[in-house]
Amino acid sequence: MQCVDPGENFASWRDQARILLAANISPQEVLWQREASLFSEAIVQEEAVISSVKVPAAFMDLAESVACHSDPTRWALLYSILWRVTHGGERHLLAIASDEAVAKARTMEKNVRREIHKMHAFVRFKLIDTDATTGRERYAAWFEPEYFIVEAGAPFFRNRFANMDWSIFTPKGCVHWRENRLTFTAGIAENPVENPDALEAAWRTYYRNIFNPARLKVKAMQTEMPKRYWKNLPEADLIEELVSESQHRVTQMLAEEPRPVKPRPKNAYLDRLRDLSARESGESGANE
Amino acid sequence: MQLDSKLAILADAAKYDASCASSGAVRGNSRDGKGVGSTGGAGICHSYAPDGRCISLLKVLLTNLCIYDCHYCINRRSSNVRRAAFTAAEVVKLTLDFYKRNYIEGLFLSSGIIRNADYTMEMVIDVARTLREVHDFRGYIHLKTIPEASPELIEIAARYADRISINLELPTQKSLDVLAPEKSIVRTQQAMGRIRNKLDEASERRKNGDKKVRHATGQSTQVIVGADASTDADFLARSDDLYGNYKMRRVYYSAFSPIPEPSSLLPMKAPPLIREHRLYQADWLMRFYGFKTGEILTPETPNLDLELDPKLAWALRNRQDFPVDIQTATREVLLRVPGLGVRNVDRILQIRRFTRLRLTDLVRLRVSLAKVQPFLMTADHNPSNLLLDSDALRARYLPKPKQLELFFPSDAVR
Repeated sequence: MQCVDPGENFASWRDQARILLAANISPQEVLWQREASLFSEAIVQEEAVISSVKVPAAFMDLAESVACHSDPTRWALLYSILWRVTHGGERHLLAIASDEAVAKARTMEKNVRREIHKMHAFVRFKLIDTDATTGRERYAAWFEPEYFIVEAGAPFFRNRFANMDWSIFTPKGCVHWRENRLTFTAGIAENPVENPDALEAAWRTYYRNIFNPARLKVKAMQTEMPKRYWKNLPEADLIEELVSESQHRVTQMLAEEPRPVKPRPKNAYLDRLRDLSARESGESGANE
Repeated sequence: MQLDSKLAILADAAKYDASCASSGAVRGNSRDGKGVGSTGGAGICHSYAPDGRCISLLKVLLTNLCIYDCHYCINRRSSNVRRAAFTAAEVVKLTLDFYKRNYIEGLFLSSGIIRNADYTMEMVIDVARTLREVHDFRGYIHLKTIPEASPELIEIAARYADRISINLELPTQKSLDVLAPEKSIVRTQQAMGRIRNKLDEASERRKNGDKKVRHATGQSTQVIVGADASTDADFLARSDDLYGNYKMRRVYYSAFSPIPEPSSLLPMKAPPLIREHRLYQADWLMRFYGFKTGEILTPETPNLDLELDPKLAWALRNRQDFPVDIQTATREVLLRVPGLGVRNVDRILQIRRFTRLRLTDLVRLRVSLAKVQPFLMTADHNPSNLLLDSDALRARYLPKPKQLELFFPSDAVR
C-alpha cells in the first residue's frame, strides 16, 4: 500500500493520478491521503509516458465536479473509476449510471452542482462604498458553502456583475473582482460584512407581500431552500412569522362579506370593448 | 405615499400570477457593456416563500388601479383594496438595486388597465426601455401584455423583453362573460397568434446568424383553476391548443385563491391545490411523455383522479399493456411506466446496451421499487399477473390518510 497526497483540488489530484496510471498502479495499492511518502517521489520519473493514457472527456467533467466535494473518499473513488475505464476494459463504464461507484460519483457531482447553483442563488451582496470619481460601486457578500465551489461558482458573478467591484468571502475560499480580474484568496472564518445593506428593508417588504398565505407549503420551500442557508438570507427570519399568521389571515379572508359589483364607469374604451365582444359573439354564433 | 408602502401594495397585487420563469433567454452577459446583467441557461430561484413558490423576479404591478372587473382578481374596479402607482423611475431603481445585490434575476412587470390598453402598455414599455437603453440592463425582463393593445406596441414590448405573456385566466368564453366581462378569448388568441409569428421571425433570424436580434424568445399564459365550472378536460384541451397552435413555453395553472376582497359573484373557498398539482402533472405528460389529452381524460371521466397521479391512473386503466420488459421495451413504452421519469428512462436505455438490469440497478437510480414493480420485468423480477389483475392494485397506491403532501410543479412527474 502506497500513500499518495491528492493535494487540494482537481488539478493536483489529476497530476498524481496520471503518474499512478502510467506506472500501472492499481487502486488497491493506493491510499489517498495527505502524508509524506517516499513512493510519491519515486514515481515522478514515470512522467515521460503519461501522455499515452487516454481518458474520456466525460470522466474529466465528472472528476472536476466530484473533486469539489468534501467527502475524503472522493479521491479513491475517482481513481477506481479511472482505473476501470483505462485499465479494466470498461471504457463505457460512465454510461452505466447504476454501477455502484458511478452512482456514488454522480451523486457527489449532483450535490456539488446543486451547491454551485445555490451559491448563484443565495449570495447576497451588500454595498460597501461608491468611488467618488468613477461612480463605480463596491459590493461584498458572505456565503457558507458546503463544498469547495468558490472557483467553479465565480465566473457566473464575473459575467453578471462585470461593471461593479465585488468580493465573496467564504470559509472555503474567497473571490474578488477588481480591475477586470478575478483573484482567489484563502477562506476566512468570520463574516467580515455584518452590517445590513440599506436595501434589505425593501427586499423584506417584497418577500412579505409576495407570499400567499392561502397556499402554505413549508416543506416545498424547505426542500429548495434548506434551513442551513437561512442565517445569511436577510429575508429568512420573516418565515416563522409568515407561517404562523397564515391560518388566521385565511380565516379572515373567508369570513369577509362579499363586495357588491360596482357599475361600469363611463369610459369610451370599455364601450368599444363591449361592442367588439358583441360582434365576436355574433360571428361565433353565425358559425355554429 | 412612501415607496415601501407602494412596494407592499403592488407586490401583493402581483402575487396571484404564478409565472416565475427566468429561463430560456438568449445567452448574454455584461462584460462588454456599462450596466449589470446576464441571462441564459436555466433560471435561478433566489429565494422561496413559505407558499413553496420560487422568487426569481421582482414581480410587481406598475399600478393596481384597474377599469376591468375580473371577479377573481383583487385589483378589479369593484374591489376596495388600497390603490397605488409606481413611477417608471421607481421601478427601474428598485430593479437595479435588487439586481446588484443578487436578490433577483430581473423584472416581471404587469399592470392594472388604466384609461385604455395602449396607454397602459406604453407605461409598461417605458420601464423596460429605460432599463435597457439608459441603464444597459442585461438581466431578465418579463412583460405582461394586453390583447387589445395595438400590435405595434406589443411588438415593441417583445423587443425589450425576454418573455412576454397574456393571461387567458379562464378556459371558456362563457366563464369569461360571467367573471371577466372585459376579456375575450377570440381577441386573446388573435394577439397570441401575432406574438407567435413575431417570435418565429426572431428565432429564424437568430438561426440565420443574426446575432443582434433583440427579441423575446417565448410567450406563456396562465389559467385559474377552481373559479368556474370548467373540467380538467376543458383545461387540458385548452392547453393542448395553446402549446400546439401558439407555441406557449408554459401554461401556468393557478389554483383560485381566496383574496381579502371577495366578490359577490364568486364565493371564496380554500384553493384546490391538489387539483392544480394534478393538472401540472397531466401537462407534463402531454409535453414530455408523449400522452394525448384523450388518453389522460375521457368524456366519461373529465376530471383527474385527485388520489393518484395521472400516469399511474392511466396505467391502472390500461393494465393489459403491462408488465413491460425493461431490457427490450421502447423509449415510448418505458416513459409510460409509473415511477420512471424522463432522465431515468434515458439512463436505462444507455445501461441496457451493456448489461442486463436488475432491481438493484433501479434502486441505485433511485427509482421507487414499490411503484414500478407491478409494471416492470427485470433480469431478476417478473411481476405476478395476479397482482396486475387484482382489485387491490389501486388500493396499494392510495395515499395514507392525512398524507397529502404536495410536490413542486417542476418535480411533478417522476
